[in-house]
Amino acid sequence: METKIKSAVIDPSIKKKHKLEAKAVKVYYDGFTAIKGIDMNIKANKVTAFIGPSGCGKSTFLRLFNRMNDYVDGFRMEGEILIDGENIYKKKVNVEQLRKQVGMVFQKPNPFPKSIFENVAYGLKIQGINDKKYLLERVEESLKQVALWDEVKDNLNKSALALSGGQQQRLCIARTLAVEPSIILMDEPTSALDPLSTAKIEELIYQLKNQYTIVIVTHNMQQAGRVSDYTAFFYMGELIEYDSSKKLFTNPEKKQTENYITGRFG
Amino acid sequence: MNNIKKNRLKDQAFKIWGIGCTFLGLILLCIFIGSILIDGIQRIDWEFITNLPSRKAERAGIFTALMGSVWILVLTTIIALPLGIAAAIYLEEYAKKGRLSSLLEINISNLAGVPSIIYGLLGLEIFVRILEMGASILAGSFTLALLILPIVIVSTREAIKAVPKSIRDASFALGASKWQTVYMQLLPASFGGILTGVILALSRAVGETAPLIVIGALAYVPFAPATPLDEFSVLPIQIFNWISRPQAGFEVNAAASIIILLAITFTMNAIAVYFRNKWQAKLK
Repeated sequence: METKIKSAVIDPSIKKKHKLEAKAVKVYYDGFTAIKGIDMNIKANKVTAFIGPSGCGKSTFLRLFNRMNDYVDGFRMEGEILIDGENIYKKKVNVEQLRKQVGMVFQKPNPFPKSIFENVAYGLKIQGINDKKYLLERVEESLKQVALWDEVKDNLNKSALALSGGQQQRLCIARTLAVEPSIILMDEPTSALDPLSTAKIEELIYQLKNQYTIVIVTHNMQQAGRVSDYTAFFYMGELIEYDSSKKLFTNPEKKQTENYITGRFG
Repeated sequence: MNNIKKNRLKDQAFKIWGIGCTFLGLILLCIFIGSILIDGIQRIDWEFITNLPSRKAERAGIFTALMGSVWILVLTTIIALPLGIAAAIYLEEYAKKGRLSSLLEINISNLAGVPSIIYGLLGLEIFVRILEMGASILAGSFTLALLILPIVIVSTREAIKAVPKSIRDASFALGASKWQTVYMQLLPASFGGILTGVILALSRAVGETAPLIVIGALAYVPFAPATPLDEFSVLPIQIFNWISRPQAGFEVNAAASIIILLAITFTMNAIAVYFRNKWQAKLK
């Protein structure tokens, strides 16, 4: 397995397209080892899916890329996470700056209890941008990107909590896009949504990958197959198999992967 | 068969007992308010509120005590609010969970249980004597601010804690700093809860008597205080003073003042309830 993954890395022609790299990453929570040493490269402008049973470490691993684990009590990590070749766990890294570059969408839609406009403009406002006209432009642009503009353009001052679950999640994506990140992390973004809303989000992911590098954690194998270019299978804090989604879902190398994707466990 | 009957009987008995217990407090309160109203309501008019104290019961008013209470209320708020909220934010969002923070927590709870007269003694020593404020409104406000600080801290922490973690996550993930998250998300979202706690704490402060007597608040002040450094009286002390006079007319005055004091605290509590409901609706 080691050699398999490494060989994909070594090819020099694609080396510089690696947006995200993990090097010998281990994560501990108060002595419990959540990630047991993972090396991985994620390509730019592709959708990479993380799959695996609950508690396999895929969400923890995802949250390393925008340092969202930093606030978790007892969190400790070893190894390196590189974005565009820069180690983001170096001392002098500005975490706020990093998170503007690496956006995140969460499992449950979590709009702020504020208006639709305020939700989307928040990421810009905290950067000190207060030019009303510019904010309005960015809000409109971002809402159009997630195909929500037509539904809400007359109600920008309405509370975001009044939107449906699917609309809320698209709003959360728009909020992320407004900050103009280059990477978007999605932690089971559709698990709380109905099939119709899920389809809309998947469609959106497909369109977004031209401009963004997307990493998505999902429990839904069909979804991983539909939206992702690459899929990584995690089990018990280890990366078991990582390949193009087509290959992984049709002809997995590992027995464990096959068992999982065919529904024999997990 | 017999057993089932017995159980049912027990069930009924407990239900009646429970209803009795629930209503006992309420009934006593009603009797109290009723008797106070009968005694004092006819005495309440505009002059009673605006008159200065007098040796003659029928000409005496509560103006100085009322103004003293208002001064105390405003200054106590100004002092306790920033201190309490800042401490709560620190404990809830910044302090690392560990031995120090749990020690702080336990002692804040302990402070909430310290008898109010002890706060009075503390205030007398620190504010009246060492800081030389004298028996002024300022000294009284600082003393009461200390008294309600634990309540403000605890209720503010509860309100901040009630903001879902997902809101913090969303804010941090967009690149917000801790302070931005506190200032722009947590405080607005918990505003109603904080306000509720603060108002309840203040309605306790407005009824406090013992610590103010200890620091030297007067029962008789000829004029309403004009600056924070003036001597003062407050409604509860005024009531206490009138009650202890032999003339019957002052008893009526005391009853009337109690109505006014109760009206103030009930109004404050009602505002607190209103904000709590509004706030809960907002967080759905």
